[in-house]
Amino acid sequence: MALHQTELRPLGKCVGRKEDPRFIRGKGRYVDDIMLPGMLYMYLVRSPYAHARIKSIDTSAALQAPGVKLVITGEDLEAMNLAWIPTMANDQQMVLATGKVLYQYQEVAAVIAETREQAVDAAQLIDIEYEPLPVVVDPFKALEPDAPILREDREKKSNHVFHWEAGDREATEELFRNAPVVVKKDVRFQRVHPAPLEPCGCIADYNPSTGKLTWYVTSQAPHAHRTVLAMVSGLPEHQIRVISPDVGGGFGNKVPIYPGYVAAVVASLKLGKPVKWIETRTENITSTGFARDYHMTCEIAAEEDGRVLALRVKTIADHGAFDAAADPSKFPAGLFSIVTGSYDFKEALVEVDGVYTNKAPGGVAYRCSFRVTEAAYLIERVMDVLARRVGVDPAELRKRNFIRKEQFPYKSPTGWTYDSGDYEKTLALALEKIGYEELRKEQAEKRARGEFMGIGISTFTEVVGAGPSHTFDIMGIKMFDSAQIRIHPTGKVIARLGVRHQGQGHETTFAQIIAEELGLSTDDVLIEEGDTDNAPYGLGTYASRSTPTAGGAAALCARRIRDKAKKIAAHLLEVGEEDVVWDGVSFSAKGLPGKSVTMKDVAFAAYTNLPEGMEPGLEATYYYDPPNLTFPHGAYIAVVDIDKGTGAVKVRRFLAVDDCGTVINPMIVDGQVHGGLTEGFAIAFMQDIPFDDEGNCLAPNWMDYLVPTALDTPHWETDRTVTPSPHHPIGAKGVGESPNVGSPAAFVNAVVDALAPLGVEHIDMPIFPWKVWQILREHGVTE
Amino acid sequence: MFPNSFEYIAPKTLMEAIELLKQHGYDAKVVAGGQSLLPMMKLRVAAPSILIDINNIDELKGWRNESGYLRIGALTRHADLEHSEELREQYPLLAETAVWIADPLVRNLGTVCGSLAHADPGSDWGAAMLALHAQVEVAGPEGKRQVPIDDFFVDTFTPALEETEIVTAVLVPTPVGRVGGRYLKIERKAGDFAIAGLAVHVSLASDGTVAEAGFGICACGPIPLRGKRAEEYLLGKKLTPETIEAASRLVPEDAEPADDLRGSAEYKRDVLRVFAKRGLSDIAKELQGEVVLR
Repeated sequence: MALHQTELRPLGKCVGRKEDPRFIRGKGRYVDDIMLPGMLYMYLVRSPYAHARIKSIDTSAALQAPGVKLVITGEDLEAMNLAWIPTMANDQQMVLATGKVLYQYQEVAAVIAETREQAVDAAQLIDIEYEPLPVVVDPFKALEPDAPILREDREKKSNHVFHWEAGDREATEELFRNAPVVVKKDVRFQRVHPAPLEPCGCIADYNPSTGKLTWYVTSQAPHAHRTVLAMVSGLPEHQIRVISPDVGGGFGNKVPIYPGYVAAVVASLKLGKPVKWIETRTENITSTGFARDYHMTCEIAAEEDGRVLALRVKTIADHGAFDAAADPSKFPAGLFSIVTGSYDFKEALVEVDGVYTNKAPGGVAYRCSFRVTEAAYLIERVMDVLARRVGVDPAELRKRNFIRKEQFPYKSPTGWTYDSGDYEKTLALALEKIGYEELRKEQAEKRARGEFMGIGISTFTEVVGAGPSHTFDIMGIKMFDSAQIRIHPTGKVIARLGVRHQGQGHETTFAQIIAEELGLSTDDVLIEEGDTDNAPYGLGTYASRSTPTAGGAAALCARRIRDKAKKIAAHLLEVGEEDVVWDGVSFSAKGLPGKSVTMKDVAFAAYTNLPEGMEPGLEATYYYDPPNLTFPHGAYIAVVDIDKGTGAVKVRRFLAVDDCGTVINPMIVDGQVHGGLTEGFAIAFMQDIPFDDEGNCLAPNWMDYLVPTALDTPHWETDRTVTPSPHHPIGAKGVGESPNVGSPAAFVNAVVDALAPLGVEHIDMPIFPWKVWQILREHGVTE
Repeated sequence: MFPNSFEYIAPKTLMEAIELLKQHGYDAKVVAGGQSLLPMMKLRVAAPSILIDINNIDELKGWRNESGYLRIGALTRHADLEHSEELREQYPLLAETAVWIADPLVRNLGTVCGSLAHADPGSDWGAAMLALHAQVEVAGPEGKRQVPIDDFFVDTFTPALEETEIVTAVLVPTPVGRVGGRYLKIERKAGDFAIAGLAVHVSLASDGTVAEAGFGICACGPIPLRGKRAEEYLLGKKLTPETIEAASRLVPEDAEPADDLRGSAEYKRDVLRVFAKRGLSDIAKELQGEVVLR
């Protein structure tokens, strides 16, 4: 149901997005739109080699070039103790390379000039002598005893970064020893990149006369970035103002601090002028946070009828040259242990080993809650393998193994407590809506004619909304989030939150939550995020955490205001507070029909007509520490047809039934789902960042790293079931990432299902036409 | 990224443009649509010191029928041919090909002749003009000359052009009889360069035998290639399931694909065979009066 922004009770309604008018008209204001007086431009010189000793750097010609103000090298940064910065994963990362480079496109020097063009021209005059070193691109080879040691700065002389495990080893082994059926699959989740339309960039503006640094940066986590900058640079935190203006997409790419940011800050500190640095597309893909790159081996132990017993997963995680993963501190492999998914495994053992290679550092959570996508893809893929082996329909196999509604809160064998879910209901709706029975009949007829049609199911469970302070922190900072609401005398509201939206629609959905709680309309509430000088502290927007954390804070903050408002209402209604009733839009007095006051009346009174002794004003701040994570789930179904001649896969239909708990704005949820499905489609069929043996990146731009358009993507069908989170203030779970997490398995399962008559059990992504063609021809199928 | 700095001149006559080429030689580049040149300059793969913009030269604009051929001027955009209803009947392959090139923005600016002069092996027009047995009209200090399309592509990014020459038009022979054309292309994403592409042109004589056959192979060799064996085989034969099958098996024999991230050489050859079969089958049905839905 559509609702105007001026109407009351907006929660759950399709309210038009408040941010749309400026974006649709091209009036968004991104970092690169900001022009400051006297601003200089920085450009980075990058390594052509994936592994090489730096023998010398000659900057003299560049310093003489027109307009050049400064050249910074790693040696300059060493003198400032800034040559290395900590990563979020307890590792450290070079800012500008000293000694050697560890991946192609690594940052080596920075040139600052009066214009961008001058900076680019001068960068070409920097003469760097390299001595190439042996390159390691394969993480398995990196672990071999004779592999060259990449990280000379570490005490541990090995390319092994970390070992992490969850679950009960003994109990799991025991179940495997006695299991009637065991399936095993090697599954790769290739290296991909979030590829936001707006690349990374910043303006560092240090004012020597006030000592204040204003840092405009396209950031998903401005408050955390300010803290890290204060810790790294030694500048006092209150003298740093981080402003994250409109963000042109993030998807996890804008969570880390990148070398270019530090170099720009150093340049501004040295020159006392604003310095702008904006990446090129190639720089964004080749050097900033990639995602995935997991080599996984999955085993399921099951009964003959397909009921699962135990799960065993071993993973090699390729982190590139530095472990710059964006994960909570205690989780080096993120929340990957959610890999038991929607199924009632008795036991599980999950192991991950991180490895260094000569590739760009990472990896970030690309539209997923810290490795949840890898986990969901793996379990959904291998459940299909099990279905095939035991001869049970994949939908039926899932039903047999679902965690039942009555088992919630459900304790998983890897330690999670699932808050709520109704997996059977969601799958049942999806099967009915797609017409599963008819599709299977059609498939049987087509198979008889030698045609290849496939149906793929994914019934994933996510874990999002990090998170409770007892478990979740980033560099020690607990992962709560915050809201601050001020109601002005005329009843208009400004609310500021610690998160930072990048397309999620916070300006609308959070206004809806607050308006709902305060009896106002969406139009009455202005949401502001992204300026650390005036928003309360928070950890930012990623991991589908905004609604579970800041959304909770917004609701509870509004309720805190309502509590005070009730007292004022009692004063206005001339009754005792205990006799005041709130009906969602106004306060009335019990037993006094027709007498009521709205929040607007109360707001005016808060500044003009207060009860005796009450503090004036109507505002509150709330820091919300969620008691648990939330566990959105969904049932996705893809239907594909394969072109026998070319191997091309056509996605005929795709249905996403999501359960993200309470829905704040169905239209925005649909939009989120459409976007994430498009990304999932790209990952399944188009995207990969391969490297050759010398460590050259083979997809360094959008010509070879493929980003789909509307012409490539199928029509998306969406629906929902609603199982509210029992612990979230409004029952919402978060949805932004579900489609990216849940869809790759549905696509791949569909293609494998189409090829099942040939005995195919698995195809690694991306499923390019030639891969399918090869399978067809190997089995003598041709047009 | 930003190109190196360069000078920009927009002459109003062909002679002026050629004079500028004589003065600057290798340092100069001619720009019409700029859809290949400008990205190369931005990546600093190309770094001309002078750009000669030919968009103001009236004699290079538009297409017209001349005796025995269609003359497509050097400033004709891909989109012009994509939307040219008047050419559908006699030159169906032109619109069939144009619609496959990149995206509408590129098609509105990029030119047919610019694409040929760029001599990219992945040029859709290269394949189409081979199928159509076109001639490239070239002007230089010595006047104009015509280069058969088969001689025009010397090597990857190397056309048969002197430093002082400009492509002024491409000349497409007017076909005799009933004409069918198809452009078949598989790409990694919409608007991408081809993994493999095939232009098919056929005209039938009044007795139903093949009077003209043309196969242009895209992205399967160092330059756009002609499916010569299949052409020779089809001439004088009727389009039947048997002849179509036989011709389609001959097309890959003239291809020289390489293994790359888009697919193996073997894959590309097989796709060419499938495309030839599909293209010829569609054309056969169409010319025999069956409407082919696409």
